Amino acid sequence: MIMKKTPLNQLHRDLGARMVEFGGWDMPVQYAGVIAEHLAVRSAAGLFDVSHMGEIEVSGAQAFDFLQYVTTNDVSKLVDGQVQYTALCYESGGVVDDLTLYRFAADRYLLCVNAANSDKDFAWLQELQGKSSLKDCELINRSPEYAQLALQGPRAAEILAQLTAVDLGALKYYHFIEGNVGGMEMIISRTGYTGEDGFELYCKTGDGAPLWQELMRVGEPLGLVPVGLGARDTLRLEKGYALYGHEITAEIMPLEARLGWITKLQKGDFVGSDAMLTAKEAGLKRQLVPLKLTDSGVPRDGYPVYCGEKEVGYVTSGTMSPSLRQGIALALVDADLATADAPLEIAIRKRRVAAERSSLPFV
Amino acid sequence: MDFPEELKYTEEHEWVMIEDDVITVGITDFAQDQLGDVVFVELPEEGDELEAGKSFGVVESVKAVSDVYAPVSGEVVEVNDELPDEPELLNNSPYEDGWMIRIKVADTSDLDGLMDAEAYQEFIEKE
Repeated sequence: MIMKKTPLNQLHRDLGARMVEFGGWDMPVQYAGVIAEHLAVRSAAGLFDVSHMGEIEVSGAQAFDFLQYVTTNDVSKLVDGQVQYTALCYESGGVVDDLTLYRFAADRYLLCVNAANSDKDFAWLQELQGKSSLKDCELINRSPEYAQLALQGPRAAEILAQLTAVDLGALKYYHFIEGNVGGMEMIISRTGYTGEDGFELYCKTGDGAPLWQELMRVGEPLGLVPVGLGARDTLRLEKGYALYGHEITAEIMPLEARLGWITKLQKGDFVGSDAMLTAKEAGLKRQLVPLKLTDSGVPRDGYPVYCGEKEVGYVTSGTMSPSLRQGIALALVDADLATADAPLEIAIRKRRVAAERSSLPFV
Repeated sequence: MDFPEELKYTEEHEWVMIEDDVITVGITDFAQDQLGDVVFVELPEEGDELEAGKSFGVVESVKAVSDVYAPVSGEVVEVNDELPDEPELLNNSPYEDGWMIRIKVADTSDLDGLMDAEAYQEFIEKE
């Protein structure tokens, strides 16, 4: 299989990035090193190429009704220029993908979806539309038209302000505006996956590399560094953000993955809501729990979780937290153990390492 | 990348310093670079008997778990106690402060098959 390349591929190679396959894309996993990149985002700023993410436009008179039917969150809460974190589910209540939903107008929206799920999501949306009466809306896969860069960190706004006349102070978290940055038109979204202040910039594919170079030029003196997928993962995990394929899959419901806040069962019928209501009434069997190792070790995906001699679940994501220098994990465990006091342990090879329940974010 | 002439090397990317029948073992500059930031090291205990080719420890970076293999059979006579608390020594000083263990070799003729620096560099270029 030939890997897809973002418009910044050569630029990453020239920077000496280590490249890996991710969701069918040839992506940079690290430049200077995961820990240095991670800490730079927490203390100054980092620049990420996230052009592999997919973009799907939904527009037309029934766009709102369609999105209200296919996503878990309540689209009626969105105003123009606002972003919402939400999910697509199967009728079974399992997750197709998590995404951010952008409202440009009451009849025009953009969905930003995971790279590896982009084609699957688009096909699922087409299938749902085919089966529903909501024909008066158009689905367009716009992924090839966009490059996307994420500028993240406490100095992100200061850096971006040097390249744009847009009033960034007026742009609130989870809001966006269309504007000019460094002479290029783009969507400026105050969102991200690091838990820091920052922006996701959606520009024309051909503008991706020039935008990267402009941001590095003005940002480097303020501590801006290129950041790869390695640190993107440790940054999101320190904040407890879900990653598709780990915390959420076709076999895991949002309610089990601490995503009740984006699952608006009271908004009316939506795809997966019947199964979720049934599961909720019966009592959820599993629950995601944040864990911190109290001894040395690195928890990783798939490691079993024990309570005494009983295996009670597994790690969905784990890492050494670069900020805490401690092992942290999200684990899907028997629901009654998510909040109980009974001590939990993670099996790391032949060892059992004690893990204490944590609140989120870890950092 | 640095591959000191006075050391010997294995195909599993360990280096070996030979002093009579005692060897010091660590991972090479190439290995630490491939791994990235090392965050956890698991070592055997003094007195453990190692078997050639079998895993004697584990090195974990942020993204990966790698076994470290005994180049020859023998008894562990010393371990680097600094490493569990400062695993980054493997990145910063792979041939000195980042040494892992010393082994009293059971049969010194087992050491004959190790690569010299030049052969090791040819080996990693082919990999």
